[in-house]
Amino acid sequence: MAYVAVKGGTEAIEASIQRLQFERIQHQELLDVKTIMATMRGMVDQVMSESSLYSEFLAALAIKQAEGNMEEAVFLLRAHRSTLPRHYYTRVVETETMVVERRISASFKDIPGGQILGASYDYTHRLMDFDLIDESEASMQTWLEQYLVEEVAVSEGTDLTALPKVVDYLRKEKLLAEVSEDQTEPIDVTKRSLQFPTTRGERLQVLTRGQTGAVTSLGYAAIRGYGAVHPTVGELRVGKLPLTIGHPTDPSDDFTNDYYIGEIKVTEVESFVPITVQKDNHREELEFEIGYGICYGQNETKAIAMSILDQSLEFGRQGHPTQDEEFVLLHIDSVESSGFISHLKLPHYVTFQSKLDSMRRIKKESGQ
Amino acid sequence: MQHTTHFALFDEGSKKEIRRAILKAVAIPGYQVPFASREMPIARGWGTGGLQITLSIIGKQDVLKVIDQGADESVNAVNIKKLVNKTTGVETTIETSEATIIQSRHRIPEVSLTEKQIMVLQVPIPEPLRWVEPSEFKTKKLHAEKEYSGAWLQLFEQIMKYGKTATNADHPVLVHDRYVMAPSPIPRFDNQKMHQSEALILLGAGREKKIYAVPPYTDVASLAFEDYPFEVESFDEKHCHHCQATNVFMDELVDQETGETYYQCNDTSYCLARLNEQETLLEVAVEHAR
Repeated sequence: MAYVAVKGGTEAIEASIQRLQFERIQHQELLDVKTIMATMRGMVDQVMSESSLYSEFLAALAIKQAEGNMEEAVFLLRAHRSTLPRHYYTRVVETETMVVERRISASFKDIPGGQILGASYDYTHRLMDFDLIDESEASMQTWLEQYLVEEVAVSEGTDLTALPKVVDYLRKEKLLAEVSEDQTEPIDVTKRSLQFPTTRGERLQVLTRGQTGAVTSLGYAAIRGYGAVHPTVGELRVGKLPLTIGHPTDPSDDFTNDYYIGEIKVTEVESFVPITVQKDNHREELEFEIGYGICYGQNETKAIAMSILDQSLEFGRQGHPTQDEEFVLLHIDSVESSGFISHLKLPHYVTFQSKLDSMRRIKKESGQ
Repeated sequence: MQHTTHFALFDEGSKKEIRRAILKAVAIPGYQVPFASREMPIARGWGTGGLQITLSIIGKQDVLKVIDQGADESVNAVNIKKLVNKTTGVETTIETSEATIIQSRHRIPEVSLTEKQIMVLQVPIPEPLRWVEPSEFKTKKLHAEKEYSGAWLQLFEQIMKYGKTATNADHPVLVHDRYVMAPSPIPRFDNQKMHQSEALILLGAGREKKIYAVPPYTDVASLAFEDYPFEVESFDEKHCHHCQATNVFMDELVDQETGETYYQCNDTSYCLARLNEQETLLEVAVEHAR
C-alpha cells in the first residue's frame, strides 16, 4: 500500500546518506585534501570562482566531499560562506599592481612589457599523455630540479609587478571614450538582492560568480549571432593581487595604517569592442568600448565571456537576450539554477492533483 | 579546522535583516519585500525561503512542524526539520495544534490554525504576474500602479479557450483589496483558508529573494469573475480509505492489484489524528510496518 508510515521518511533518508558515504569510499582509496589542492588547480579555481569564496583549502575540501561534482562543491562552499560573518571590505585594488604570471594581448603584437605566455593549455596538443599513468615520484623530482635551474636563468630581469595596461595606449590615442572615475560605493549583491535596473558593479559581481558553463554559453551566443558583439581581447592577465584592509578603528583614509591580509590569484580581461558614436556635428565616428571580466583563479574562458556579457549589458540595446540584464543575471548562478531544476525531483502530488482536477473538469465540460 | 554553528545557523545580523523584511511584509499585506537571501545548506528551490524565515523567527520555546505536500514524513520535510532541530534543539511535532511554527510546502493544514501559530509557506515563483510578464522591472511597476489587467486577462483567455478558468495550484489572490499575490502553489482548495486566517501567514521565496505576508484577519479573495466563480478542486463523493474523512484535500491512488482508484487524506497528520480518535492507530501502524 502506498501509505507513508510515520517513521519511514526519516529512516529512508538515513539509509540514503549511508549509501552516499559508501559510494565515496567503497573502493578503499582516499584522496588527500592536500593532493587536491596541489593537483586539481582547474577545479579548485572554478569552485572558488563560482562560490565567490577565495580559499583553496576549503574548495579542495568541498571537492573531496562532493566527489568532484562541481555544482555540489560550489553549493557546499556557498552554504558555508553564508554562515561566516563579514567584518571588512578590502581597499580598492588597482590591477596594475598585479604580480603577473601570464599576460597576452590579441590586439597588439608588441605591447609595452611584452607578451608573457605563462602557463596555459592553449599551446598544447590535446593528445592523451599515457606516460602519466606511470608517473613516478623520482621522474617528477628530476624534472622539477632541472626546470627550476633553467627557468631562473631566463626569467631574471623583467619586473612583473609593474606592467603597464594595454588599455592606456588606446586612451592616449583618444580611441576610447572619456570616462570620469566613479567612486560610488558599490552595492554588495550578497547583502541587497538585485533591483532592476542594476548598476554595473552589481552586474560584475553576479557575472564573476556565475556558473562557468552558463557564462561561457551566453558569451558565445552574444558573439555568434544573438548580441552582435565583435570583441578583441585587448589584454588578458593572470596573476596575484595583494589585498589590504583599513585599520578597523581608524576611520581616516590613512593608507600607511593598512593591513595586508594576503593575495588572491585572478584572471582579468579587458576586451575592446568597436561601436559607432554620433558626434556633435552629426558625423559618425568609431570608438572602442571596454568589456571587463575578472574572476578568481585561472579561468580564462569565463573571464573573456564575462567581458563580452559586461559590454552587452552595458551598451547593447538591440533586443537580444544577451543584452537583457534580467535574462542574463537571473539565470547564470550555479546554486540557483541547479537548485530549481533539481527541485523537480521533489514530490508534486498536491500540485499535480490540482492540475488533474482542472483538466478533468474541462474534459467533462466539453463532453469528452 | 574547528567550526561551530550559531543558534539557528545564521549570525544575528542576518536574522535581524530577515526579520526587518518580515515586519515590512506584515505592514504591507501581499507586497513582495526583496531581501538578501542567503545560500542555505539545502538547495535553492527546496524551501530555502521558508527555511530562512523559520530560522530567523524561531526561539527556544517554539515547537516546529514541517510539511511537504501534506506529509510530515516526506524526505524534504524530514530534512528541513532535522536541520532546524540540529541547529536550535527546538522540539518538533507532527501534531498541527501543538506547533507554534508550521513550515509547509504547498499545503495549509486541514485543522484551523490559531492566533498563536505562524504559518510559513515555501514559494517557488512569488510573482503572480510572471506568466504574463517575464521582466521583474516591469512587474514591479505593474504592482505599484495596481495594474492587474494581465492577471484578469489570463483568466479570461482560459474561459475563452476552455469554457472555464483552468488554473491549477497557485491561483492568484487579491490581498486586502490592494496587491495581487501568488499564494504559493497551494491547491485552490486551500486558498479559502488564507481569508481572515487567525494565524499569521509568512511566505518566503529564497531563490527569488522575496518575503511577503498575510497578517491575521486579512481579506484574501481568489481572483474570479462574477459569472465564472472561483472553484476549488472537487472531491465530491470521495472519502479517505483510512479515516473515512470527506471534504478534505485528497491524494489519488491506484490499487496495484485491482487497478481501482481510491483516495486518502493528503494531510497525513490530520489523518493520523482521526485514526487515533478512532483508536485504530495501533493496527494501522502494524499493518504499515510490514
